[in-house]
Amino acid sequence: MKKAFPILAILTAAFLSYACYEALVVAPREQTMGDVQRIFYYHVPSAWTAFLLFAINFIASIQYLVRRNRKSDQIANWIVIGVGVLTSIGAYVVRPLPQDVYPSSIVTTALAIVGLYFLIRKLFSEQATDILALTTAEVGVVFCTVVLVTGPLWARPVWGIWWTWDVRLTSTLVLWLIYVSYLVLRRFSTSGQTPVLAAALAVFGALDVPLVYFSIWIFRTQHPQPVIGGGGSIDPRMLHVLLINWLAFLCFAFLVCWSRYHVEKLQREVEETQALEALLEPGGNVR
Amino acid sequence: MTFLYAAYTLTWVIHILYLITVVRRYSRLKREVSELIRKKT
Repeated sequence: MKKAFPILAILTAAFLSYACYEALVVAPREQTMGDVQRIFYYHVPSAWTAFLLFAINFIASIQYLVRRNRKSDQIANWIVIGVGVLTSIGAYVVRPLPQDVYPSSIVTTALAIVGLYFLIRKLFSEQATDILALTTAEVGVVFCTVVLVTGPLWARPVWGIWWTWDVRLTSTLVLWLIYVSYLVLRRFSTSGQTPVLAAALAVFGALDVPLVYFSIWIFRTQHPQPVIGGGGSIDPRMLHVLLINWLAFLCFAFLVCWSRYHVEKLQREVEETQALEALLEPGGNVR
Repeated sequence: MTFLYAAYTLTWVIHILYLITVVRRYSRLKREVSELIRKKT
């Protein structure tokens, strides 16, 4: 992977350039908003990427908490399987579903989350889940910052205002503040319990993600209604450009997370070695 | 168009600033690692 990194970085840069070209040149011009609508191709993929990273942070934090004890780990595994099965059954039983929401899409999402849970469990050790949680929170905050910056830049020419205290905007700001506080806690707390406290904060923080996502489905907000699902519609050419940009941002986020993960891992190894060095006398005896 | 270019530019400014902090952290760690190796030898 280390050798493949420069190649992947070049490919991602080329893909991002192509996605940018598609957004600025190829995508059709929106009739009422004009060119400023093209902000959508950066705003929406950044939001989706941030949500995905916060979801991974949520799963990694849960695993860090439950894997400290074997019994709680087993219980958590069965709960995850149970929630996945119940959600899949519920998708076909509960009626009415919101407009344009299909049982198959709910089942796919539920199974993807369960799959992601067990994939992370298989790939990462208990300590590694803590590093993964920190990494995804940090990169997620960067993407969420992009969302909070590009949103007002779109709103000013379209709504005539930079900001409004609407449910979607406010819940996104709250989400950003929760994860910034998570990072502040991890950065400045010197307690040995910091990873546990941070994981607990992340579990509560992640509860805001569905609220942000579904706020425009549930509430009548000033923020535009969903364009995919929820009764919304989008020109197929615009959807194509949107998905290309999202894929490009996902590749970019993966590379950034991968780099940050290894930097954090190295930092912990250095700190451990320095602590051991401090304990040892010059002759090699423990003080 | 000003808002559009401002949004695209600021997006990349934010990402690049973050990447710079990661690279700086990595360089500092590399220095610390070589310091530790030097101490051992």
